[in-house]
Amino acid sequence: MARPKALVLRTAGTNCDRETEYALTQAGFEARRIHIARLIENPATIAEFQFMVIPGGFSYGDDVAAGKILANQILHHLGDTVNAFISVDKLVLGICNGFQVMIKAGLLPWANVSPDGANRDATLAWNDCGKFEDRWVHLRCDSDKCVFVSKGDIIALPIAHGEGKFVPRDDAVTQRLLDGDQVALRYVDSEGNPGPYPVNPNGSVDDIAGVCDPSGRLMGLMPHPERFIEVTHHPQWTRGGIQQADGMILFQRAFEYLK
Amino acid sequence: MIYRVEIRSKESFGDPHAQTVFNQVRELGMDSVSGVRSARLFFLVGEFSQDAATRIADELLTDPVIEEYHVGSSGAPDDAALIEVHLKAGVMDPVAASAEKAVTDMGLQIEGIRTARRYELLGDVSDEQRRRVAGKLLANPVIEEIHFESHTPPEISTRQYDFQVVEVPIRDLDDEALMKLSTDGDMFLNITEMKAIRDYFKSAGREPRDVELEMIAQTWSEHCGHKTFRSDVVVRNNAGEIVEEIPNLLKNTVFGSTKELDKPWCLNVFEDNAGVIEFDENHAVCFKVETHNHPSAIEPYGGAATGIGGVVRDPMGTGLGASPVANTDIFCFGPTDMPPGDVPKGVLHPRRVMRGVVGGVRDYGNRMGIPTVNGAVYFDERYLGNPLVYCGTVGMLPADKCTKRQPAAGDAIICVGGRTGRDGIHGATFSSGELTHKHETEFSHAVQIGNAITEKKVLDTIMQARELGLYSAITDCGAGGLSSAVGEMGEQIGAEVHIDRVPLKYAGLTYSEIWISEAQERMVLAVPSDNVDRILKIFADEDVDATVIGHYGTENRKLRLFYDGTEILDLDMEFLHDGLPRPTKDAVYEKVETPSPAPPRRENYNQTLLDILASPNVASKEWIIRQYDHEVQGGSVIKPLVGITEDGPGDAAVVRPVLDSRKAVVISCGMNPRLGDLDPYQSALHAVDEALRNAIAVGGNLERTAILDNFCWGNCNKPDRMGTFVQAAKACYDAAMAYQTPFVSGKDSLNNEFQTDTGETIAIPATLLVSAMSVIDDAARCITADAKEAGNHLFLLGRTSGRLGGSHYLLVEGLETGNDVPEVDPVANRKLMLALQQAIEAGAVRSCHDLSEGGLAVAAAEMAFSGGLGMELDVEAMASESTANEQATLLAEDAGRFLVEITPEKYDAFLRITKDLPVGQIGRVTDTGRVVIKGAKNTLIDLPIEDAKAAWQKTFDW
Repeated sequence: MARPKALVLRTAGTNCDRETEYALTQAGFEARRIHIARLIENPATIAEFQFMVIPGGFSYGDDVAAGKILANQILHHLGDTVNAFISVDKLVLGICNGFQVMIKAGLLPWANVSPDGANRDATLAWNDCGKFEDRWVHLRCDSDKCVFVSKGDIIALPIAHGEGKFVPRDDAVTQRLLDGDQVALRYVDSEGNPGPYPVNPNGSVDDIAGVCDPSGRLMGLMPHPERFIEVTHHPQWTRGGIQQADGMILFQRAFEYLK
Repeated sequence: MIYRVEIRSKESFGDPHAQTVFNQVRELGMDSVSGVRSARLFFLVGEFSQDAATRIADELLTDPVIEEYHVGSSGAPDDAALIEVHLKAGVMDPVAASAEKAVTDMGLQIEGIRTARRYELLGDVSDEQRRRVAGKLLANPVIEEIHFESHTPPEISTRQYDFQVVEVPIRDLDDEALMKLSTDGDMFLNITEMKAIRDYFKSAGREPRDVELEMIAQTWSEHCGHKTFRSDVVVRNNAGEIVEEIPNLLKNTVFGSTKELDKPWCLNVFEDNAGVIEFDENHAVCFKVETHNHPSAIEPYGGAATGIGGVVRDPMGTGLGASPVANTDIFCFGPTDMPPGDVPKGVLHPRRVMRGVVGGVRDYGNRMGIPTVNGAVYFDERYLGNPLVYCGTVGMLPADKCTKRQPAAGDAIICVGGRTGRDGIHGATFSSGELTHKHETEFSHAVQIGNAITEKKVLDTIMQARELGLYSAITDCGAGGLSSAVGEMGEQIGAEVHIDRVPLKYAGLTYSEIWISEAQERMVLAVPSDNVDRILKIFADEDVDATVIGHYGTENRKLRLFYDGTEILDLDMEFLHDGLPRPTKDAVYEKVETPSPAPPRRENYNQTLLDILASPNVASKEWIIRQYDHEVQGGSVIKPLVGITEDGPGDAAVVRPVLDSRKAVVISCGMNPRLGDLDPYQSALHAVDEALRNAIAVGGNLERTAILDNFCWGNCNKPDRMGTFVQAAKACYDAAMAYQTPFVSGKDSLNNEFQTDTGETIAIPATLLVSAMSVIDDAARCITADAKEAGNHLFLLGRTSGRLGGSHYLLVEGLETGNDVPEVDPVANRKLMLALQQAIEAGAVRSCHDLSEGGLAVAAAEMAFSGGLGMELDVEAMASESTANEQATLLAEDAGRFLVEITPEKYDAFLRITKDLPVGQIGRVTDTGRVVIKGAKNTLIDLPIEDAKAAWQKTFDW
C-alpha cells in the first residue's frame, strides 16, 4: 500500500520544516517540503497530498504580526486551492507559526479561507509576559473530535514563541468553540489541573493551547510536537522514567487516520 | 501621497509592550508617570485611494480581535506626553519591506512603506522626563529620530551619485603628512604601513585613488590582518631587560600546538572561516566564535544581532558551505545595578546594553532557526564603555565538501543576498581603533542593522546550490565587505569586478562606499560560467537577490575594479596580502607575587554561599536563556537549563545535528576575566580547563575535543597589555599540548579601551574566551548536573590548594585580592578527565557538576537544588593540599575538579576506574532538602535548598 503523502509548506523564515518532515517520515508518511512560491506557480500539486503541515518558524520575520504575511499570501493566491483541499477528507496541522498562519488565514477556527472572515473571531496575541519564551509545558487533550489527539491524555511538549496567547473575540466565540468540541489542547500542570503562569505560559484565554475546526481534521497548536519525538528530547530524560515521546502521538494519529 | 495609519490595542485588551516600557520607566525612578500607551505607525506611500489605505489597515496591518486602527493623525493627546520614534532615512526596516510585499499580494500598487512607534506617557511628566524616557529607553539616536509631536516623514528623495574618480596624492608626503592622512581618513594605519603604501605607489609611478587606500587600510586592519598576533614580540621584565624574543607569535603559540598535535580528525583548521573536525563518515562539524564589541557598545540591539548574523555566515562560508546547527553567546557588561548618574558620558547604561544585546541575539538567532544553546555572562566596571559580545556558530557540512576551496580562473563572481547600502562603512577599521566618548556620533555609520530573514533565505538557497555542486568556492561578506571577500577569494589568481553592477538599497553611493560597505546578509560565490544560469534560477525562485559582478582570474594576479567601464582600482594581490610589514611589538611582563589577605573565619558560611550564588557572574541567567529558542532543529539532547524543575544550571549543551544518528556534539565554554587581571598565564589555563571540564561533565570525549580561542584585550600597542597577551598566548600553547586538545579556530579583538570625556583611558580586563566542541558517539550516554536520588554516594574529583586569589569568595567579602591564583596542572587534570569520561561511558555516574566560581559550596548547592534533593558532605574527606584551610576547601576555585554522584551498585566500578587519582568520597545525596557541609570541628554550611535557589534566582529576575 502506498504511504500517505504529507506536504510541509515552507517559505522565507520557516525554520522547523526539516525536523517536521523527519517526524512525519518516522510516523510513516512520505513527506516533502515545498516552497509556497512553487505551490502558487502550480496549485494543482497540492492534490497529490493527503496531509498539509504548516511548520514553525518566523515566516517573513513575523513582520507586522506573527504569521500574518504568509496568511495574507495564502488568502490572496491560494484561497480556492486550500478551501478545496480542506473540503474533502484531508488533514491540516499548523504548529506554532503554522497555527498563527491558520488563524490569520481563516483555516481556524471555522475552516474558511476568505479575506473578510480571516482573523475576525480569534487571534494569537503577544504573551502576557511580553517576550519570547522557550519552556516545556503540560497539555490536556480535551477534544473527542480532533483527529490528532486522544481525549484525556496528558502530554508534555515544548513551546517557543512570543505571540501565543489565544484570544477569542468574545464569550460567544468561546462558547461556540466549546459547543463544537473544538478546544483540542489546554495548558495544565503535570496532574492535569489548570494554573497561573508558567502553567499557562502566555495568558491564553481558558488555557487554550490548540484548537481544531468543526470537522476535527484541521488543527493548530502553539507547542512543538516535532521537538519531542525521541526520549532524549525531554528536559528530564537524564533523570529516567521517560517512556514515550509524546510528540509522536499527533503524527501517528494522523497516519492512522489517513492510511 | 502618504497615508498615516495608527494601530493601538483595544482598551478592553492589555498592551504588553506598553506595560514593559512602563516598568522600565519606573525603574528610572519616575514615580509620577502613571501609565504608558503605545501605538504602531505605518506610513503608506503611493498613488492610491483612501479606501485602499483603509483596506490595507483593516485586512493587513491590524489584528481585528485585539487592535483598532485610525487612518490619519490623531494628533497630540491632551492627557499625556507624546513621543514618536522614527527610523532615520536609509536604516534597514524589515517590517516595512515585508509589508510592501504583502500589499502587493493584495493586488495593490505601493511605492513604499515606513514604520514608526508612538508612546504616550500618562500622569505628571515634565519635558525633561520626557526627553530622558525617549533618550534612555525608547530611541537610539544612532539609528532613530525622536519627535515630540505627531510626525509624518517627508517622502524620501535620494541624491544621485556624480561619478568622479578621486585621486589622493601620497608620493610626496612626509611622515607627518602621512600620519595626518591615516588619521583623517580613519585608516588606523601606523607610519611603517603608510610608508609601505607610499613606496608602492612611487614604484607604480602614479598617485593612488581613494578606493585603493580604503581597500589597503581595510585589508591591513587589525581586524582583518591580525597584525598583533602575527607580529614578532620582544618581551622585557620590569627592569627593562629582554627576557624573551618570539617570532610570529601566532605560529609559535596557538597555531603551533595544533600543528604539533596533528590530529587526523582535524580536517580544516585556521585556514578557513571556521575550524572543521570530523563528525562521522559522511559529515564534518565546524565552529567559529566572533566578537562584535564596538558596534554593540553604540547600538546594543543592532550590534549584537549583526554579531550573530555575521558569525552564522562564517560556517556558511567554510569549505563549500556549512549549515548552522547551534549558536553560543558570551557577554561581558558593566554592573547592571550602577546608579544612572555614575555612568560616564557617551556610554549607555549596562542594563540597557544587556537588554539590547540579549534582544538582538534572540531576534536574529530565533528567526534564523538556530538554537542558542550555550553561553555565559560576566560583569566588571571596566566593561562599561566597552562591553564584549561574543557570538559563536556550530555548523555541519558534508565530509567531501569540508576543505577550503579556491575559485578557478573564469569563474563568475556572484554576490548573493542583501542589497548594499551605506551601513557598516568602516566597521573593520573602526573595530581596530579605540572607542571615545565621541564615537557614538562619529561612527554611527559603522553600525549595521540586520535582517535575519534575508540571511535565512540566503542559507536555504545556498544549501540547494551546494547539493547540486553549482559553485567552486564560497565566502561571506563580513568586515571589509566585498573588498575583503573578493580580495581574499581572488588572492591567488586575481579578480575583476564591475562595481556599478552591485545591487544597491538606494542611489547615491560612491564606488568606494559600495566596495567597503559592510551591509549584512551577503555571501560571495565563485561560479563556473556553465552553472551561472542554473544557480541564478535557484536564487530567483526564492526571491533572493543574486548578481554577477565580475570574474576571477586576471593577468599578473591583479585586483581590478571598474565603474561604468572606467578603471578605479588596480592593485597587485601580492602587495595587498603580503605587503604589510610584519611589525615587532614590545611587551613587558613580570609577575611579582602578592598574597591575598586571609579572609575572616566565620561561625558558618551560609551567608557567604548565598552572596556568591547571588553575585552576578554566578546567578541564574534564566531570564536570558528562556528568550532564546534552544530546541529548534530538533536535535536538543542536553539543554542549558536542567533538573527537576528545568531551571537549574547546566554545564554544557549537547545537540544531535543529524536527526537519524545518535552521534552528538557537546558545546561548552570557559572564561575568567577576574583571574586575567592577576595572572594572565594561569587565567588562560583556567579558561581551557573550564571549557573542557564543562564538556566532560555532561559526557564529552576529551580525545575528540577541539577548542577555540577569542582574545579580547586592551590596546596591545601598549607594552603592558602586550605583555599579558603574550602570557595568555603561551598558556594556550601549553594547555593545548597538555590536554591534547587542538585549537581549530580563533579570533582577536585588541583595542578594547575607552576614553572618557575627562581624558581617562579605561582598558577592559584581559578576557580570553575558550570554546570547546566535542564529538561523542551516543547522545543517550549524556548526564546532567542535577542530583538524582537520595542515598547515592558523592565523590569530589581533583585536588584543592589553599590559594584563594581571584576567588568569588574574596569578591563577596569585599576583600582586595592578591595574585595568588590557584595553579592549574593540565597533565594531572587530563588524567582525571579521562577517568571521569570512562566512568560516565560505563554508566556509573548519575550526575556530575564541575567546580568553578564559589568552589565546592556552590557546586553542591546547585546540584542539590536542581535535583530538589539534599546533600550531606564532609570536607575532611577531600583530596587537599595541607595548606588548604576550611575556607579554601569550601570556596577555593581550583581547576580540574568535579562533584559526582554514584549509585551504590556502581560504587566498586567507580573506585576501580579512579584508582590512584585524587578522589575523595565526601558524602551522600539526602532527601532532607538541605545542603549540609561539615568541617573538621563544626558545620560550615547548613541551608535549605529553597533559600540557596532563591538567592541564585533573584539577581536577574527581570
